[in-house]
Parts: sequence; C-alpha cells; structure tokens
Amino acid sequence: MPSSDIVVIGGGANGLACAIRLARGGARVTLLEAEPEVGGGATTVEFAPGYRVSGLAHLVHGLDARLVAATDLAGQGFRATDPLPTTLPGADPLTVPAAGGGPGDWSTLMDRLGRHATRLAPLRSLPPPRLGAGNDWRALTGVGFGLARAGRADLRDLMRLILINVADVAEDELSDERLRALLAFDATLGAWAGPRSPGTLLLYLNRLALGGARAPMGGMGRLAAALRAAAEGAGVTIRTAARVTAIAVAGDRARGVTLATGETLRADHVVSALCARTTLEGLVGPAHLDTGTVRRIAAMPFHGGAAKLHIALTGAPGFGADLRHRFVLAPSVDAVERAFNPVKYGEVPDRPVAEVLVPTAHDPSLAPEGHHVLSVIAQFAPHAPKDPDAAKAAFTRAVLSVLEQAAPGLSGQIAHVETLMPADIAARYGLRGGSWHHGDLAAERMLFLRPFPEAARYRAPLPGLWLASAATHPGGGVTGTAGWNAAEALLKEAA
Amino acid sequence: MSWDAVIVGAGHNGLVTAAYLARAGMTVCVVERNDWVGGAAVSRELYPGFTYSNCSYVCSLFRPEIMRDLELPRHGLQVLPYEGGAVLKEDGGYLAMFRDHDANRREFARHSPRDAEAYDRYARDVLRHCRFIRPLLMRTPPDPVSLRPRDLGELAWLGRRVLEMSEAQIAEMVRFWTMSIADFLDEYFESPVIKAYLAVSAIIGTALGPMSPGSAYVLLHHYMGDVDGNVGAWGYARGGMGAISAALRASFEVAGGTVRTGSGVRRIVVSGGRATGVELDSGEVLKARRVISGMDARRTYLDCMAEDDLPAEFVGAVRRFRTRGSSGKLNIALDAAPHFPAFPDGAPMLKGDLHFTDTIERMERAYDDWKDGRFSSDPFQDLMIPTMIDPTMAPPGKHFVSSFVQYAPPRIGGQGWTDADRDAFGAACLDQIERFSPGFRDRVLHVEVRTPRELEAEVGLTEGNIFQGELTFDQLFFNRPVPGYAQYRGPVEGLWMCGSSTHPGGGVMGAPGRNAAVEILRTTKHDRSGVRDAYAVL
Amino acid sequence: MTALTHYETPIRPSPFAPRLDALNRHADWTPWSGWRSARSFGDVEMEVSAIRNGATLYDLSPMVKYRIAGPGAVAMLDRLTVRNVAGLPVGRVHYTAWCDDRGHLLDDGTLFRLRADEFRLCCQERHLPWLLDSAQGFDVEIAEVTVEIAALALQGPCSASVLGAAGFDVSGLKPFGIAAAGDIMVSRTGFTGDLGYEVWTPAGQALALWDRLMAAGAPWGLRPIGSAALDVARIEAGFIVAGADFVPAEQALREDRAMSPLELGLGWMIDWDKGHFNGRRALLAERETGGRRALVGLEIEGNIGAEGAIVYLDKRREVGTVTSACWSPTTKKSLALAHLDWKHRESDRLWVEIYALRELRYVRLMERARVVPRPFLDLPRRRATPPGAF
Repeated sequence: MPSSDIVVIGGGANGLACAIRLARGGARVTLLEAEPEVGGGATTVEFAPGYRVSGLAHLVHGLDARLVAATDLAGQGFRATDPLPTTLPGADPLTVPAAGGGPGDWSTLMDRLGRHATRLAPLRSLPPPRLGAGNDWRALTGVGFGLARAGRADLRDLMRLILINVADVAEDELSDERLRALLAFDATLGAWAGPRSPGTLLLYLNRLALGGARAPMGGMGRLAAALRAAAEGAGVTIRTAARVTAIAVAGDRARGVTLATGETLRADHVVSALCARTTLEGLVGPAHLDTGTVRRIAAMPFHGGAAKLHIALTGAPGFGADLRHRFVLAPSVDAVERAFNPVKYGEVPDRPVAEVLVPTAHDPSLAPEGHHVLSVIAQFAPHAPKDPDAAKAAFTRAVLSVLEQAAPGLSGQIAHVETLMPADIAARYGLRGGSWHHGDLAAERMLFLRPFPEAARYRAPLPGLWLASAATHPGGGVTGTAGWNAAEALLKEAA
Repeated sequence: MSWDAVIVGAGHNGLVTAAYLARAGMTVCVVERNDWVGGAAVSRELYPGFTYSNCSYVCSLFRPEIMRDLELPRHGLQVLPYEGGAVLKEDGGYLAMFRDHDANRREFARHSPRDAEAYDRYARDVLRHCRFIRPLLMRTPPDPVSLRPRDLGELAWLGRRVLEMSEAQIAEMVRFWTMSIADFLDEYFESPVIKAYLAVSAIIGTALGPMSPGSAYVLLHHYMGDVDGNVGAWGYARGGMGAISAALRASFEVAGGTVRTGSGVRRIVVSGGRATGVELDSGEVLKARRVISGMDARRTYLDCMAEDDLPAEFVGAVRRFRTRGSSGKLNIALDAAPHFPAFPDGAPMLKGDLHFTDTIERMERAYDDWKDGRFSSDPFQDLMIPTMIDPTMAPPGKHFVSSFVQYAPPRIGGQGWTDADRDAFGAACLDQIERFSPGFRDRVLHVEVRTPRELEAEVGLTEGNIFQGELTFDQLFFNRPVPGYAQYRGPVEGLWMCGSSTHPGGGVMGAPGRNAAVEILRTTKHDRSGVRDAYAVL
Repeated sequence: MTALTHYETPIRPSPFAPRLDALNRHADWTPWSGWRSARSFGDVEMEVSAIRNGATLYDLSPMVKYRIAGPGAVAMLDRLTVRNVAGLPVGRVHYTAWCDDRGHLLDDGTLFRLRADEFRLCCQERHLPWLLDSAQGFDVEIAEVTVEIAALALQGPCSASVLGAAGFDVSGLKPFGIAAAGDIMVSRTGFTGDLGYEVWTPAGQALALWDRLMAAGAPWGLRPIGSAALDVARIEAGFIVAGADFVPAEQALREDRAMSPLELGLGWMIDWDKGHFNGRRALLAERETGGRRALVGLEIEGNIGAEGAIVYLDKRREVGTVTSACWSPTTKKSLALAHLDWKHRESDRLWVEIYALRELRYVRLMERARVVPRPFLDLPRRRATPPGAF
C-alpha cells in the first residue's frame, strides 16, 4: 500500500498552491486529480474545431503573491498581459484605465475604496482571526495598525461602507450612469446578489484587493500547466485521472483516501480542495460528523449566478474599441439589478449583463487566422431552473441579443456558440450549483464564517482532514490563496 | 422669553424628550405643524364615528422604562395585547398563530411536523440575539474612533458584552446581522407558509426584501418589543395609537410643558454658531437655549436649516442618508365584520394580524416592484381589525380595519404619486382582500389610502419613510444618522436630534427621545433623577 | 392532520381521560407538553406511600415517542446517542442520552429495541428536527407516534402481582426486558426506582387496559397517582428530569446553562469505543479538562425540603443551586439534586440555605449537606427476578 505524508485531493489552483506550499515545507505530498489534466477552473478548451478558449475563468486576477514568488511561472512558459483597461461599449463608449485615473469622481472613489481595500487586503492571506488563541498576532496587529493609521475620517467611512450596498455608493459618488453601472457590475460579478443587496460594496473591496486583471496568453490552461510543473519541481507527486471516492476514517481520524479503482492511499493528513460539501457529505459521510455539522453543510449556499459563453466568430467583433480591453455590457445599475431579479425564482432575465473578452486579440493562435473567439461571463443565470434546456436556450438568446447591441453585426459572424449554464459548470468542473466560490461569497460567509464557523480555519470537523478550496477564506477566483493558507495552517499544526 | 428647549415636532419621540426635560425642570415648548399632536402615532376621526390609527397601528416596541418614568398608565394609556393571527393561503387554507404554545405547535404541525418542533429552537436563537441588542436600545452609541474616556468606556462595555458570549455565539450573531431572513428561516423550516409568516417582521417598513442580506436584523428590530414583560408580544393602544401621544402630552403638560399646535417651523435659527431658536411659518420667532428636532435628519438639515450654517461634509452625509419610503396604508371603515370563509366560525384569528402572502417569493416579487418604482399588484398586507378587541374605535357592530402595505415606492416610475396612482394602489390592495373575504368591498363605508406621498405631506416623514431613515447597517448604531453625529447632538452648538433618525431608529419605541433627553441633561445642571436606568436583561 | 379547531383544546385529554376525570375528584391537573396530566388524585402522601408499599398507575401517554426503523436504525442510533445501541438485544430497553456537537445534553430517555431494526425512543422533549437531521446518510425512517400509543406506569412492590392477576405473566421478565401480549407490550422499566412496569397499548384500547388493571389490582389497593408523588419517588431514585435538573441544550437561552452528560453524572453510559457519536469529540476534550459544573446528590440535615435552595461552601461562598429536592418519606431524609461548581463537587464543606415558609414568615435554615452517591434509595426488589411476592 503506497503511503504519503499528505494527500491533496483536487488539482485546481488551490490544490496546486496547497501542494506546492506543503512540499516546500518538507512534506511528502501526493496530489490526486480526477480529470486527465490538472487546473480545475483554470483550463483551455477547444469548444469548436479550431477555436480554443479559457474554459471557465478567463482572467488572471489576484494570483497569490506568495505562490508567484515561490514558482517561476514565466520560466514554465506562462505569460499574461498587463492589467486590462475596461471599455463600456455603446453609442458613447467609455474606457476606464486598469489602475488609477479615469473621470474625476471615478478616480476619487477608486482612491478612497482602494485605500480601504489595501488596509484589509492582508487579511486575505491570514487564517480568519478568532477569539483567544491561535491567531497570527503579529500579522493581525499589522492590519490593526494599518487601520489605526488611516485616521478617523477614513475609519468612519469604512465602518459606514463595510456592509452597504453598492448601488447607493454608485448613486452617491458617481455622476456618470455608465460608471455607476460598472461599479455595480464589478461588485456583483460572480456573486449571488444584485447591486442593491447590502454587503455588495464589501465584495467590491475584496475585488480591489486582487489588483488588476490580466489576460493569460494561450488561455488559463497554460497557467495550470505552469503550476503543475512548479508543483512537480517542488517534489509533489501528481496523479491525474485519479478520482477519490472516499476519505478513509479510522480511530476518528482521516487516514487516507480510496480511489475509484479501489486503490487506497494512506496519509497522515488529507487535504481536500474540492467543494467542502462534497468532501464532508460525500467523501467522509455523516456517520463521522456531528449533526450540527450536517446542518451547517446543508445550509451552505451554492447559488451560481454566472453563465459562461464561448463564441466562435468568423471576423473581428465591432465593439468600437481596442479588442484587447475588457468589455463590460451593463447599461445601468438598475439593469444589473433587473438582471438579478429573475434568478431568485429560477427564471432567466431578459437583458443579462456581461463581461466579454476577446482572447484572440491577445493570442491569435487560439482561432484560425482572422477568426476570433469571445469569452463571455454573463449574469445572472439561474442555477436551478425548472426547465434547464429552455432556460439555457432563452439565456443564450438573451446574451446574443445583448452582444449584438454592443457589437452590431456580431450575429452574422457567429460560427459556433457554447453556453455553460451554472448547472453545466457544476457538472464539468465540480463546482456545486455552478458557484465560483464553492459556496456563495457574501458578508455572512466571510472570514470566520467561511464556509461555516466550525471549519473556518481550514481544519475540517474531522481530525486529520483539511479544507483548502475556495469554500474557505478568502473564497474563489484562480488565486491559490485559500490553498496556500490551508497549507500554512496544516504545517503550523504539524510542527 | 427664552425657552430652555424648543422641540420641533410633537411626534412620540419629541413628546418623550419634552416630557423628560420638563420633568427635570426645564421650560419646554413643543411646536407642531399639525393641529393635533402625535406625528405618526395618532387616532383620527376621518369618517364619522370611526377612529383610525391612520399611521402606526400597533404598540409593542414602546419602552416600558419610558411608560414608567413618564407615568403613562396614569395618564390614560392602556395597551391591549392581541393574539396571534393568520396567513391566508392561495389554496384556500391558512396558517394560524396562537399565544398558546401547544396550540401553535399543533397548528404548525398541520403544515409540517418537523417545523412544529423546530420553532422552539428558532425562537430561542432569535431571543439570544434580542438579549444582546436590547440593552443597546437605551444607550447612546459610542463613537468608535473617539478617544474620549466616555466613548472608550462604552466601547469597553460593549466589548465585555461580546466576550460574554462563546466564540460560536459571536459567529452566530455576526452571521445573523449580515444574512437575509429567507436564508435564516431556511435553516430552521421547510414549510413555505410558515417561512412567509415568520419573514414578515423582517420587511415591515424597510426598503429590503426578504432575500436581501441584512433583513434578518430588521426582524430583531420588531421582536424587541414587549407588552407587560412578554417579549415579542404586540398590542393595540385602546382608542388607537393616538392614545400613546395623548398620554405623553398629558404627562408633559402636567410637568409644566407647553404644546403649540398649528405652528410649523420654517427654519431653525442659527446665530453666532449656535442654534438660538426657531422661526415659525407665521414669522414668529421662538428663542431657546437649545433646539431639539424630532423631524428626520433630511427634513431637519436640508429643509429647515441654511446650508451655510452647517459643515459642508455634514450636509453631504445627510444627503446620503437614505429615507426611501417603502410602505403604504389603508384605513377602512366597515359596515360589518368581514367574513373570511377559510376560517371556522368563531375563530380567534380575526383578533390578530392577517396576511395574504403565503410564500417568501411573493414578498420578494413585491419588493422587485418597489425597486422598479411600482406598487405591486400582489402586495403584502398586514391587516388588522382593532375593533375586534377595542370596540371604542367604531360604532357598535361596525369595524375599523387597518392594512399596512409593503411595498409602496416613494415615487412611481421616477415621478411623484398622483391621485390616480394612489387610487389604483388602494384598489390593488382591496382586490387582494376581496379574494380572501368575498363581500368585503360591499361593506366598505370609507377608505383612506395613504402612500408615501400622504405620509410625507401629513406627518412630514421625508419620502414617507416610517422609520425616519432605513434600517441598514450603514445607518444603524454609531452610523445613525451620520457617522460622528450619532450621540443626538447636531453639528451646531445648541442643536439636538431626538427623532427616529437617531439610534435606535423607528417604530413607536420612544427610545431615541429618551436617549436624547439623557444626553441633553448631561450638559445641564437640571435634576436628572427622573430618568432612571433601563431595565437589565437577566 | 389535526382538526382545524384544535385551538379550542390546547390542553388535550389523554386516552385514559374518561377514567382519570372520574377519579380526580380534586381536579388537580397540570399541563404536560400539551396534555392534561394529573398532578395528584387528591392525596400526594397516600400516593407516595402506594409507590413504595403497594401498587400505582401513572398515565404516561403524553411522553413523547418516536418510532425509528430501517436497516440503518442501529447505526443511526449509535451515532445519535452516547450508549452502545448495537449491543442492545432485541426485546430490551436501555436508558440513554444524546448530545449536540458541543457535547451538551439534548435530552435523556429510554430506547426500546422492538425488533432488530425497529426502535422506540421515549423522551420528555420534542426532537423531530434533530432526529431527522441525524438520520441523514442513514437508511432509516422516523415518525412521532405519541398520539398512537397510550401507556401506563404500573409501579410499586405489588406491581408484578397485579400484572399477574391481570393475566400478564411477568415472572421471568428481567429489568429492562420487554414482553408482548397481543397488542399490549409490557416493559420492566419505570421512573420510581422500585419494582415496576410500563404497559403500552394502542390508544384505542386504552380504557380496556385501564379497567383490566384496576380490576385486577383492587386487592392490592392499586391507585392512580399524579406527577407530585412520582416526583418524590424519582428524587429518591436519583433520576434527573429535563427542565428541572438540566436545560435541554437546544432550549438554553443562556449559553452556559447547557450541561454535558459528564457534568450530569451520566458519564457511565458513554461508550467511548463504539466509534463516532454525536458530541464525542467535545466530550473527549471535556473528559481531559473537566466540566464547569456537576450534578450531585445531596443528603441534607433536618427534615425540611430544600427546593430551590442555594448551596454554599463554608456557609459563605455560593457554589451551587438545588435543582430538585424533597423530604423523602421512605428514607426519612431531606434529599436533593444540585448543580455544584465542578471543583467543589466532592466537597465536605457544603451547606444549604433553606427558606421555609411557616405561617407567612420565612424561617431561614443553614443546614449541612453531604454529597452522596445516587440512587438515594437502592431497593433490591427493583432488580430481583422473579420478583418477590408482595
């Protein structure tokens, strides 16, 4: 029976980051990935013959600095663009630079929110603070000093804004409806909330803490490949097509895993970078958990509200701006809110809002010469519609209509469309409910409340088992932060 | 002469502050624009023989300490606790609520045996949160960025209260404060109608839907009341909500105070950087050592003061203060008791509140309409028939029906409400009632339909917001109404606030008025013994 | 489904009501979770005496009963409760308890193994949501059967004789055993610490059972008793009651009121080796560090009951509270159950402050109290099989 110090389940960004950190900490690590390739939501797919695109996540946004420092991604062949400016297409297109500047009140607001985000950002790479023992007091004191130095006005401002809805802030601070819409869109991107939902500004601060968004050359699959190489370089044993069906428990402790083949692997610690619910309910099973934990798991929200569309084009789309920009199709704050309203009831909005990239503008090799692909994240799509096929067809139609409006003539250029509704994302990438964050990211599910209080510091409610997915603090995105944090916590305990 | 204090607005909070100050020995004049007192706590005869509680309609939140200090029972106040109520379902059935614990359990069990046994844990958990919040109601919020000993002391007190809880309970509390009532109820219940019933308190009066994060807190805001020590209980004031105002006025006048009705305030006079009095609509100026506004923050600072008299940042902050109205009201005179075929004969449910919204989704859809500047064709109504237990409010055999409606937007499609809009809104509500009580319309003698427009015009609540400002975290506690100005002091020397725009917010609670009096008396040499401590939570 | 006019009878009559109503000439009723239950039948002292010297009938029907059945029932119950359920033979009963995740007691009760995969759980409080959530992942069905099953506790030294006269041969039935006679089930269980049985019947046949037992019991003076007499007997037997001696964890408004089975003296029933059960990890940790409070039995000097008294160390420092107490007519002692601060749970310097109301005036007593093992009253006849002839 093969044996390993630590088994990491799941080869997405968090699983890889966790494995790398553990291996660098001296552990013998085996990483198990169910699919033939690692990467999870960071992948490049050929969705139509000759057309390739990032299969889910399509921007490099907030990749953990510790991970970047520990891996020579460029050396492994990964490159990304500079942070992308954002263009709001339309009759009167507006471009907002990636960092700093822009129209007066926008730039003022970004400075102000940026200050708040910068002060809170260090919390992302710490385990959630708790009462009493176990905190990284030095780092926490640092955050505290940062806030104290902010001065009264900034502190008061932060305490007012911390749980406010983004629509009110947009209305108060910005005069241009397009910019208000951009703020509202970006705050709710990947969330299950409309801009009028309290707590959405906090999501925007979290987004600001990630820094600029960059386009990956060759698609996100390149990043996955580079991380894999880095992990192997660090000594991690990676096994793909190795699906874990159970976590072995003996003597009230996780002792290893069982694979679909029946093979068992023993380990001193098991780390799961899969969905926390799947891990606990499916791989561990309620018999080894307490009923209160079972209740917590049942209450975890998995409301994926974003669909991913991949569109093959026979020519360049007419967005009226440099195609290397990030395009946001959201005409107003109300439009974002109205796009959210129907999904609360499992229905499809008439006018979705969307983030559109033209990956071929950065890397023409992704499509036949002269052709283009669009990578579209469209919101909001119902995660559990009553009639999934009808919902998918209606949603696709609605998105294409919105795209046609932003880039007139686009309908005539379409060679192929692939729509991944939240349920499709769930099926393909193991993201329950299609939730990007392995469980909704909202104020009530942040820090010591993520994924639920008893599992908030990466330790699962079963000795020997650790959680490292986006379900844990600080949530999702292809960042590796949760995985890295989990590895730190494990190493600290093992030491 | 110069008054020790002039109070603008004879709403219940203005009267509470006034009565406390008068009892402490100050010369106090309350000026009120209307010809009657009470603000939104009024009883009015708008149809012969009928008394309408035509704004606020139930009494639960009013603080018992204030009743004690101001001797309101002696001044005539009677509160009649009412029992339970019911949700009438689309399918012809209903869910009732009873005061009797076991009757309630068995009623829940008709809809879900599991939910019937889940209710106790739910009530326990909500009560735990109430126990933390309640002592905060009667205290001035600390300024969290101040280094004054008093603020530090209050923050330390708060910190100790937090640390009395276990880590797990602290997490539960933070979660509760940030989550939606829909999600919260999902953790306990499976029956849609039970969830719909319990979600009601989280949306009353707020510009939030039951699926909005933060709505669970609003539930708490409505659960903190008590009638005769019975936490969470609700009651009617005999003779309508005006009985509370009448008792407050009597208490105030017995202590030597003066009320001047029909005296609208044109502006608050500032000279030499001090509030020195008010100028009435008549042009008359009342001089005062301090001016205390019971009006909401926007009306006080944006309508009744000159921008030059105020710090620029403060004015900006007041402009950001959200007062969007979200509620409407129907006051109905009925020729005979309404009949609800769903109920067995003689059912006690008519003595409580009746709802017609049997799912949270229907409530949320009504909220979607509000966000889009429409009133809903399927509104949520909280219907009560006070005459079922207080026959003094209507002629014998006839009934007064109060229907509180959620949601009504402050503006319709970006425009002000028209009379036609108002009538259509009233008709939508009556249509819904008629569906569950056939023949209801035929018994109607008179209807007063109140939209946010009427609420603003008559009571002076900006945009018709019944809480004088929305109850979201950015506008609560030390953020209410403006960060740095949450301790009842205005930004100008001699200027104070005592209305629901201040902590702890709206509802006929009296706590803002009492807390403001406490703060004012701290700055004077007057006798403070009349303000006794808030009751402890044991 | 309950009748739509159920609100007219918030306190329901038990299946035995026609007989109980006729006998309870003092109308001394008390509500028991929504049912009308006798507090006494007019003479508590006679009732207590009958428990120890004759035979008594107590209406158990309001006791909450759950049927738990299915191939996963054993595993589910082993995860739910602290005792070893797999080791409970078919046709046997055990007293058990179950905890929340923090190891705090949710309730105690009796678990009947009716068949290999069918159980009945009887308890004081309602737990359907907890049971259903605890059943996730197990192949088991759970239903509340309180209304369907009527039950009588037949307790006292003459109880076996009464049963025999009524045609139920229980001579071979051991303590915690179950015997069936048609639709009627007899278990040798009870809450008095005496020889006694509980007789279970479909609710529709309740009156026939009552009449049969009362007729058979006449020569032994079989009499109905209410909860007041039972409370004395159960204190003598050292049994705890939810709501009196512990706050069920899901009802504790004040967090620190919940207590663990270790604190409540139920540690003996915990099977640490059976695998995971709910609250085990928290209890393991508590076993290392000790609890905060302990429930103990106290023998108090004098002959005055100490209900609600405060317990002092050296007459000065408050170290606990009496939760249940009585003057025990059987042992002729003042007995009490009390919560003590953990570190004083074995102290020999305890005093109890009693306020005895005598003709509108309180007499304050400070009496010495000794921690003694429970039960206070340990009767060999409770265990003897076959039972002695009384």
